[in-house]
Formats: sequence, structure tokens, C-alpha cells
Amino acid sequence: MLRPALVAIGAFFTLMLLYSFGAGAVSYISEPPAATVEHEFHLPPKEVAFSFNGPLGHYDRQQLQRGFQVYKEVCSACHSLKFVSFRDLQQIGYNEAEVKAIAKQWAIKTPDVDPATGEMSTRDPVPADKFPKPFANNVAAAAANNNAIPPDLSLMTKARHHGSAYVYSLLTGYQPQPAELLKKFPDAATPPGLNYNPYFPNLNLAMAQPLVAEGQVTYTDGTKPTVDQMAQDIAAFLTWTAEPKLENRRSAGLAALVFLAIATGLAYAAYQNIWRDKKH
Amino acid sequence: MSFPWAEHYTPKAPVMKWLDERLPLPRLVYGAVGAGYPVPRNLNYFWNFGVLAGVALMIQIVSGIVLGMHYAANELVAFGTTEHIMRDVNAGWAIRYAHANGASFFFIVVYLHIFRGLYYGSYKAPREMVWLLGLVIFLLMMATAFMGYVLPWGQMSYWGAKVITGLFGAIPVVGEPIQTWLLGGFAPGNAALNRFFSLHYLLPFVIAGVIILHIWALHIPGSNNPTGVDVKGPQDTVPFHPYYTAKDGFGLGVFLILFSILLFFAPNFLGHPDNYIEANPLSTPAHIVPEWYFWPFYAILRAFTFDFFFVPAKLLGVVAMFASILLLFFLPWLDNSPVRSGSYRPLFKKFFWFGLIPCVLILGYCGGAPAEEPYVMLSQLASAYYFAHFLIILPAIAYFEKPLPLPNSITEAVLAKHGAKNDTDSRGLTPGAVPAE
Repeated sequence: MLRPALVAIGAFFTLMLLYSFGAGAVSYISEPPAATVEHEFHLPPKEVAFSFNGPLGHYDRQQLQRGFQVYKEVCSACHSLKFVSFRDLQQIGYNEAEVKAIAKQWAIKTPDVDPATGEMSTRDPVPADKFPKPFANNVAAAAANNNAIPPDLSLMTKARHHGSAYVYSLLTGYQPQPAELLKKFPDAATPPGLNYNPYFPNLNLAMAQPLVAEGQVTYTDGTKPTVDQMAQDIAAFLTWTAEPKLENRRSAGLAALVFLAIATGLAYAAYQNIWRDKKH
Repeated sequence: MSFPWAEHYTPKAPVMKWLDERLPLPRLVYGAVGAGYPVPRNLNYFWNFGVLAGVALMIQIVSGIVLGMHYAANELVAFGTTEHIMRDVNAGWAIRYAHANGASFFFIVVYLHIFRGLYYGSYKAPREMVWLLGLVIFLLMMATAFMGYVLPWGQMSYWGAKVITGLFGAIPVVGEPIQTWLLGGFAPGNAALNRFFSLHYLLPFVIAGVIILHIWALHIPGSNNPTGVDVKGPQDTVPFHPYYTAKDGFGLGVFLILFSILLFFAPNFLGHPDNYIEANPLSTPAHIVPEWYFWPFYAILRAFTFDFFFVPAKLLGVVAMFASILLLFFLPWLDNSPVRSGSYRPLFKKFFWFGLIPCVLILGYCGGAPAEEPYVMLSQLASAYYFAHFLIILPAIAYFEKPLPLPNSITEAVLAKHGAKNDTDSRGLTPGAVPAE
């Protein structure tokens, strides 16, 4: 009794699915899905050679410091970095005094309570503070930015596919909308207030091109601040903010693999030794 | 347990004798995973995965308990405490990545363990209870993994919770009240996050309990083996310790090497970038996908695109998805071929390798892809085969198939493999004989 019932259930599901497949195939052939503008004009991130690429790559501290400078002078006006503390900058080569100075001179102040009056006030950040947010809340952020909230950048390179290359490609990818696109998709003209960028998933984003000209930032280490260089540096810096323990992870991994390779070799030898007289 | 020739525990050290007389714990361990458990001598590497699944559960419990010391299940801070673990907790990154990738490895070894059972007929008499308890473990694992994925409170956590609890919303009349009851609200929020954390902490210990039953049920008939023929005598078995503890030790090393490669060098490879964006009820991700180990079932869910009279397609998809797992509970009675091992079943073998395996792989691929053509059509074909395989083809094969001749015993099969005439070892002793030293 059980088996015929189960066979009947199986036949029902199978026929239902085959019917759905047939109907889907007919409509797929009779009305092929229309090509979308995103499908045709969205580009995968560019190839970039970062020092941390590959399984054993390391961060380039000089590059991280340059990237931090780009964040400080360009990005931080709109984008928060809420999971990173000033003290973390010691990991990219600043000493304690420098970190203290960076925190103290930060343009945005840390919200606090006035110890004398108990009223809301602000104070200079200290190394233990997280980077202060440029806007008090999302409403203020949206109001100041044409209704688009600038996302937090702490995890940006892990929150996108191929994040480091994505950030670099997006920052260097601003361009006028191709004539070919407008010819093929006349309705897809970039709306006013948005900017065309083929590396952005829906091709139009609210952020205006942030890195516009060579020399926008003056590097102290003598590197030529081209737009391409600045984009690479900020992408590297944001890779560090998203994965600050990357180097610890890789060196621990190497040690773990060496240990496990030896241990597994010994385990294999023990296994062969114990079984040597037993046909199996 | 199991066989009359199983060694009995005899304590050697006085302290063990003292303990054994008062609490026979050493006796239990000796009989369960020690020299007191005779195991077929011809097990291949596919028999490593049960032990590895146990190790994976231990990794999850230990890393999870440490994470629980630093995590806070509150929608306002959950995402932030996860980042706190990654940045400020000593080796927090290692523990969290081990836990996230440990879940994937748990599923990898359990899927291989299930594969082994399916191919070698380990679900058949007299091991039906082992199979059924294993499926209970599998269901508990799925519930635990789903709830664990919600805890970091990223975008995929939030929207995954919404979609999966929404499946219950497809049930007519009572569906929406059930969904609200499960979530403790109309959408995932603090109530849902807190109960998921509570249950995510509880279920692994339930799993550990069912594993004890699973192993207990296994020890009654003893392990199956690649030939599928019953153990006939002492010459067919070796004691679990040291033979299989040594082999499992090697398997464990290989497992840990692969685990370390992922954990230390590509820890986010199996994850989804959207889960590094904090949960936002106002912004729906472009493609909501569950973790990879749910993809085959997710593909079955989405394969139903047509209403069946008054039954909406969504409800059909939900029923089919649950049915795709529940039907495995009937497997011992669907496949009533007397031959266990797929190696001696020519017809079964063809449908297994050229039907079931590609179909499950296609379902897995389509489940992770966006719900567009051609993925939907592919998953419809593969789902159709999946149901047909278990519910129609397997019972039919058992009826039509002419199995290959089985070896008379495990020892005979082993000797035939080695082209040996007799079963003496280098000391001229037969297995099972105790060397006179």
C-alpha cells in the first residue's frame, strides 16, 4: 500500500515539473527574454595587481598610508568608517604620537556629553575612538546627498564581489554614457542627479566622480598622485579596513599547513604500519 | 556488542579496574570505538566520513561556544559584535572563520557520508534505524545552519530569514499566522534574532544526542562494507582500534588540511558578499540565495512555476522541497533489491552515476544562480528526475535488475582483489588469530 502511494506522489511531481519545463521552454522560444541594459553594458571589475593578491601577498604599508590620506581628504566628507578605530592606524605604520595627532586634528568631532552640563556636545577624538561619522544619522545623510545615503566603507571590499578591484574600477570607471547604449536603449538615459558608471550594478549611481584630477591629494612619499594611483591606494586601504588581520591569517595558515602536512604524513605512516599484514 | 567474537574489556591498570567496577565508562568506550568493536576489514575511504562529521560537530560546538562569549543577539548590535570579534577579540577572526567554514565542511562530509550510504545500500535492512536517525541529524543540521546564518544580521541573514520563514506563509489559511508566530513579529526582528540564537545554541546538543542513538543503532548489526555482504566470521573483521582509528587519523589529517586551506586562505569563498552589509529591511538584495549547502533544495523550491488547479505554485514548491528530503525516510522500503552494494547492481549503478549524481549537481548549480532562464528550466528537468529516481526508478530497478554474483564473504572478496589464495600475513598467521608471543 505504501509503495503505490509513493510512486503516485513521485509521478505527480515528475509530471508537474515536466509540464512546467515544457511550458517554460515554449515561452522561452516563442518570446525570448528581452536583453536588459545592465546585461549588455555592465562590466566586470578591471584586473589590478595589488601587493596583497595571491595566497601569500602582504599589504604595502606605504600604499595603505597613501590610501588613508585619500580617505581623509576625499572620502571622509561623506563616508563613515564606523568599525575602524584611530588606534588601528598603528597597524599601517603610524606611531602612537602620530595616531594621537591624527585623531586630535580630525575634521569631524566625536559626539559626547558635556561633563559639566550633561548636555550633548562634541570633543576631539582620541586614539581609542572609532572614526566619527560625517552625518549624525541616516536622515541627515540622505538630506545632504540627494536622498542617497553614502554607505559605510569599513567592509566595502568584502561586501562586493572582487571588492578591491571593484572599488578601483568604480573610481576610475566614470564616463559619458556610450552613444551605442542610448541608441539601443533610448529609455536608459542616466537620470539627472545620477552618474553613469559601467562597473556599478545598475550602471547609474548617485555618487559623483570623487577622484577627478591628478594632484587632488598631495602625497608625502613623493608618489605621483594620478587618479589611477589614488584609486589603487584607496582600494588597498579599504581592503585593509575590511580585513585588517589578513597578514596574521596567512602566516598562521602557513604554519598550520606545515604542521598538518607533517602530522598527516605521520598518520599515514602509522596507518600503513598497522595495516601492513592485513589484506584489505 | 554486535559479534560473538568481539573482545571484552579487561582493565589492566588497578585504577581502571576500580573505575570499571563502579562506572563502566571505559568498557563503554572500549566497546564503542575501541578494540571491542569488530569492523569489516574491507572498508574504503568513504567510511571515514562518519568520524569526520563527528569531528566537524565538535569544531562547531567549541568555536561556537567561544563566539557566544563575544556575540550579542540584539538587532542593534549583532552586526557590530560580529565585527568586534573579527577585529578586537584575540584570534577572533580565526574562530569566526573556523565556525563559518566549519559549517560548510560539516555539510561536505555529511553529504559524502550520505552518498556512501546511498551507493553501498547502507540504508537497507538491518540498518534502517541508522539511516532514519541519520536523516533526523541531517534535518537538525539544516535547521541549525539556517538559524546560525541569521545571527551576523547581514543582508543575507535578514532576507534569508524572511524568505525561509515565508515558506510557511505559503500554507493555506494558517500560513501567515504560523510565519508571524515563528518570527515573533511580522518581519525578522529582535524577537526572531533572539530565539534563533537560543535555538542555534540548543540544537547542536540535540544533534549530539541523536548521534549517540545513530551510533548505538549502528553497533547492533555492525558496519556495512563495500561488498554489502554480511560479516560471516572473525576472519572478516578487524578491531576498530587500532585499525580504523589509524585510518581515521589519516583521514582527519587530510580533512584538516583542506579545512585550513579554506579557513586561512579563502575564508569568504563560500560566503556571500551581501552578508557584509548590515541588515536593512528597506533594501532587498538583487538575488537572495541561501548558503551553498541548501542550493539543491532551493532549486527544487523554485522549479514549480505553474499552479495546479487551486494549489498555488509557491505551495507546490514548498511541499516538493520538504518532500525531496522526507522521501529519503522511505528509501529502505522503496528500494527492495536484496543486494546492498551498488557495485553488484549494474542497472542501479547506471542510474546512480548518470542520473542521480548529475541531477543533484545541476540542482546545486541552479539553486545558486538567479531565478532566470535557462536555470529554471534546468532545475525543472533535474527536479523531475530527482523525484522519478527515488519514487519510480528505484522500485522499478529492484524489480527488473539482475544483480552480479556476490562474493561468498568479505574475506573472499579481499583475497580475490589481491589475487591471493590464502589469507596468511607475513608471519604466516590468519587474521583473527592471536600471535603467540
